[in-house]
Amino acid sequence: MSKNALATGLICLVAVLVTSVFFWLLTDLVIHGLPRLSGPFFVEASQNAGRSGGIGPIIVSTALILLVAIVTSAPLGLATAVLLSEFTRPGSLFGRLVRRSLDVLAGVPSIVFGLFGNAFFCIYLGLGFSILSGGLTLACMVLPLLIRTAEQGLQVAPNDYRLAAAALGMSRSAALTHLLLPAAMPALVAALLLAIGRAGAETAALVFTSGYVDRMPDSLLDSGRALSVHIYDLSMNVAGGDANASAAALVLIGLLLIINTIAMSLAKQWRIATP
Amino acid sequence: MSLSNTDRQLAALLRVGALLAAVIVLLILWFLFKESWALLRQVTWTRFFTDASWHPVAGLYRITPMLSATLYATLGAVLLAAPLGIASALFNQYYAPPLLAAVYRRLIGLLAGIPSVVYGFWGLTTLAPLIGRLHPPGVSLLTGILILTLMILPTVALTVDAALAAVPVASIRSAAALGLSRWGFISGVALPTARSGLASGTLLAAGRAIGETMAVLMVAGNVAGQPHSLFDPVRTLTANIALEMAYATGDHRAALFVSGLVLMGMVLVLVGVAEWFGKERSYV
Amino acid sequence: MKKWGLAAVLILMIGTAVFLLSKPADTKIDKLVLTGSSTIAPLAAEIGKRFESLHSNVRVDVQTGGSSRGVSDAKAGLADIGMASRALKDDEKDLHSFTIALDGISMILNRANAVAALDKQQITAIYTGKITNWKDVGGNDAPITVVNKAEGRSTLELFLHYFGLKNTDVKPHVIIGDNQQGIKTVAGNPDAIGYVSVGAAEYEASQGAAIKLLPLDGIVASVATVRDRSFPLSRPLNLLTRNGPTGLAKAFIEFATSPQVHDLIEAEYFVPVQH
Repeated sequence: MSKNALATGLICLVAVLVTSVFFWLLTDLVIHGLPRLSGPFFVEASQNAGRSGGIGPIIVSTALILLVAIVTSAPLGLATAVLLSEFTRPGSLFGRLVRRSLDVLAGVPSIVFGLFGNAFFCIYLGLGFSILSGGLTLACMVLPLLIRTAEQGLQVAPNDYRLAAAALGMSRSAALTHLLLPAAMPALVAALLLAIGRAGAETAALVFTSGYVDRMPDSLLDSGRALSVHIYDLSMNVAGGDANASAAALVLIGLLLIINTIAMSLAKQWRIATP
Repeated sequence: MSLSNTDRQLAALLRVGALLAAVIVLLILWFLFKESWALLRQVTWTRFFTDASWHPVAGLYRITPMLSATLYATLGAVLLAAPLGIASALFNQYYAPPLLAAVYRRLIGLLAGIPSVVYGFWGLTTLAPLIGRLHPPGVSLLTGILILTLMILPTVALTVDAALAAVPVASIRSAAALGLSRWGFISGVALPTARSGLASGTLLAAGRAIGETMAVLMVAGNVAGQPHSLFDPVRTLTANIALEMAYATGDHRAALFVSGLVLMGMVLVLVGVAEWFGKERSYV
Repeated sequence: MKKWGLAAVLILMIGTAVFLLSKPADTKIDKLVLTGSSTIAPLAAEIGKRFESLHSNVRVDVQTGGSSRGVSDAKAGLADIGMASRALKDDEKDLHSFTIALDGISMILNRANAVAALDKQQITAIYTGKITNWKDVGGNDAPITVVNKAEGRSTLELFLHYFGLKNTDVKPHVIIGDNQQGIKTVAGNPDAIGYVSVGAAEYEASQGAAIKLLPLDGIVASVATVRDRSFPLSRPLNLLTRNGPTGLAKAFIEFATSPQVHDLIEAEYFVPVQH
């Protein structure tokens, strides 16, 4: 009995501990950042190296980087997921190789993606420090997450669909476009949103690929500063930048929260494991 | 089942896509090699372990301190985060009333969604000074471990939570019928059943800890020396790259790509271990 | 549902394509690329913004990367203008340099530290690990935390040069990247010693950060002593070009060295130079 009580006590203590650390962190951010948050903060350009002014161009750059990442990784990810789930026999060599390499890709540290992006996209392909380089680097980074979540979504689509389609003599591509993909749509959207969430929180992969320029970008070949890079720069390199760093952090957490919440609720409907 | 013509075309198209996705890893490895080659062909690889120190501008390339820093920080964070994360999952599944469990799960989800710069920012301004009061300089292996723990705890908690949720209801009922206490059930039935979930959650968390960059850079002190205590400052392999990359040219830059290669090696080992556990993992 | 998703993907792709292609249609835009010193970068970005507002078809891109990169990029022609927060070395004299402002490097201590001044020998001994306790230089009985800069930074080079040190001899306890990290580290640790840009330190101290600036050779570290050139550890902030500047680069350098940007220089806590 005493062992049982001890365990109960410890486990509840851990829950209280984790909760209080979380609120400690959040309160700190809110106290420092909230006074700076206002309507204009979201649209104005940053002034005086970010100490004053807003984060308008930075939000635009962030959105463009994410757009590039998603537009390039989504077709590739969907294709791979469909192949692995619908066109590959379990245990086939090709499928195993692809899975294995995605496993490794999922474990690659983001800073290594940064190194790679810098060497490959910026220098080798000559894209320079640009939104395009940053977005493509992030596309490589979120690909495994995207594929795995989409694949799970497809696998959850009832097997009856596949059997019925085969019985009716439908081609597999027709079954895919008319039955399976529509059925798995919420899961696919959830996969996209999770990928956006992961990409949006990224800093290390972007510092050496999309750069520091905090001006409103004119094209994808312009350098653009992502929100997370902005927070990093303000807190590490700009005297008097802490308040705006906190405010920008609140904005970023808010955005990620919204994205993740939608993704989670979609995934939950679909009973996909999205820890 | 035979494939129609359109199916075959589609399959071919998908194959190209999958191949492209699979090739990225090789591309990354190739470019890391290519960029570090300038240095690797000049110096024998043993120098990365036998040089006196890491002063790349002076031509000294010892990376063992960074390697051990990464290992210590990862190990420490996993040792802390695993019990905390598992306890959090147990709390969700077996202790908290449903509403509280839902709230707590949300909170952990939020913790997982906070970007690493924010953790670093908070660690540097709040946590490091506190630890500095205990034992200077404050930015240290310990601070790094604590921040990493906070960052990987959600990974463990959510993975284990999902694994525990999959424990069959029948075994819960029979445990109750046998009159097992709550802890008796957890230690005797639930945790052993969810074993592979615990293992994969922990491995996943270890992977994140190895790769974490910005937060560690901000709180761990970044001295490229062998740590002798928890309060010594350390520089991890990832922080090494992030700290010096923007300022590095020539051999210095190549040496940082070597750090990247070493990191890739560690990831490959970890993936190998995970494979050995033979459990499918999701990447979140 | 499916149509909706498909439409969304299509719109995204078309949007990106339009955005990508929108650039060549507007080819009159001249781009000026500056790379180099992270100390100058925030200032150069501000000057760039004002320059853009005067020349509507000009875009000024500023990327940080340290003075060495500024020098090598200017030499290689990768950047129109390099930025270096130090004087040119002998083997770099083929470049043209234009000083836009002055900055000093100040030793900083935590405000709670009882020590009011350190001489050159003491600082050298502290940084080489010969003195490890504040009581040996007239302070409390507490171990000294030595804060040093990461390799490649020109602040480090200047510091080492002034004190006649080699970086391999320095025994640091903390290594920092940028100024703010140094200030935060010293502010959070009563026994730390570090060195950062005078302007940044003076600003943070005036804003209540728990740091104090140490005099050097008996001369107070402040923007004022940097301005009258009596502070010994000061440095020029230079713009570099490969050949004598022409066209846009010339216009930008003339603008950056004119009184029109003095307020911007002072806003970054540097000292304008009278030409």
